[in-house]
Amino acid sequence: MEVKRPLPQVPPPVWSDVKDLQEWEKYHQTRADDDKTSNSLAAIADAIHHMPGGWIVTTSTDKIFNWARKSSIWPVTFGLACCAIEMMATFASPRHSDLMIVSGTVTIKMAPMLKRIYDQMPDPKWVVSMGSCANSGGPFRHGYHVVKGVDRVVPVDVYVPGCPPTPDSLMYGLLKLQDQVSEFQTTGKRVTAPAVAERQSTVTDRQLDPQSTVTDRQADPQLTVTDRQAD
Amino acid sequence: MTITPVDAAARLRERLAIEPLIDGTLVTVEVPTARWEDAARMAREELGCLYFNWLSAIDWKEQGLEILCRVENLESRVALMLRTRLGAGVVHCPTVTPFWKGANWMERECWDMFGVVFDGHPDLRRILLGQDWPAGHPLRKDFVDAEYVPYR
Repeated sequence: MEVKRPLPQVPPPVWSDVKDLQEWEKYHQTRADDDKTSNSLAAIADAIHHMPGGWIVTTSTDKIFNWARKSSIWPVTFGLACCAIEMMATFASPRHSDLMIVSGTVTIKMAPMLKRIYDQMPDPKWVVSMGSCANSGGPFRHGYHVVKGVDRVVPVDVYVPGCPPTPDSLMYGLLKLQDQVSEFQTTGKRVTAPAVAERQSTVTDRQLDPQSTVTDRQADPQLTVTDRQAD
Repeated sequence: MTITPVDAAARLRERLAIEPLIDGTLVTVEVPTARWEDAARMAREELGCLYFNWLSAIDWKEQGLEILCRVENLESRVALMLRTRLGAGVVHCPTVTPFWKGANWMERECWDMFGVVFDGHPDLRRILLGQDWPAGHPLRKDFVDAEYVPYR
């Protein structure tokens, strides 16, 4: 009869023996004086439980939602007069933007400035070309001073047709852009619209979306909305 | 200085030996290019046309360019339209900037769009098109819209 040798009993790791973990724990159990994150967290926390490895924060939904709302305010840049200059100086900067909506005719004289603003935006960044003028030059295509489509200056992700597009069209274009953003790859390779449509069609809740039943919208990669009927 | 359109027309006829056209308060006179500055000085100093309204050009194809300039005497509500034909193939025209400061930019625009060289202009550069515009004056009838190279 073969006798099994007893399995070697490995003692569980003693917490205090692991030096790295001690350091880590020490770091996470004490707050630095300039730790603004935990201070703002404490402002919404009903209770903070110190656990090995970090904290668990309990709060109410109102508090967390309001905190999220408070932290994500983004103003409409609605400038009317000289105060608009001051407003632009506060937050309307390409340095912390993700998306450029080109919403009009691009002239040859304006194109270098547009390119410069695009270059100032941090990666990753996206461009929506809004309206016929930005798409192709529109009715001014044959003018001597018009760039025949903003995609000759910067790469465009979504084209919104229309002259001008309705707000609904632009909103739909932004939703299409969200589909692309959700498939963003850090390689920098842009996801083409058919690939997005293919991936999204496998998602169940996407199939419940009434938009996905409209086949012609998915078939044409650049057609974000049905064109407005000619007047 | 108060004048009437008829009065202004009579003075122009006397000075330039040209019959002006009167249409309401607008007096139109077509002067030879050699007397362009004389006509401008007279409009400014004798007819009291202190207000420079606009200056532009017409391309009459093989007949050459025509320069138009509208100045006004606002007190007596008389408008004076000066016109001159440069002739076929001629692009030189005397400037009127000594008489009206406002003519500066309008003549620059006229140079920009039509290629009219205003002799004596203090700063004849492109104004609406970029300084790096490759070549050509786009409102000429013979302008060929070549695609701008960087954004082809």
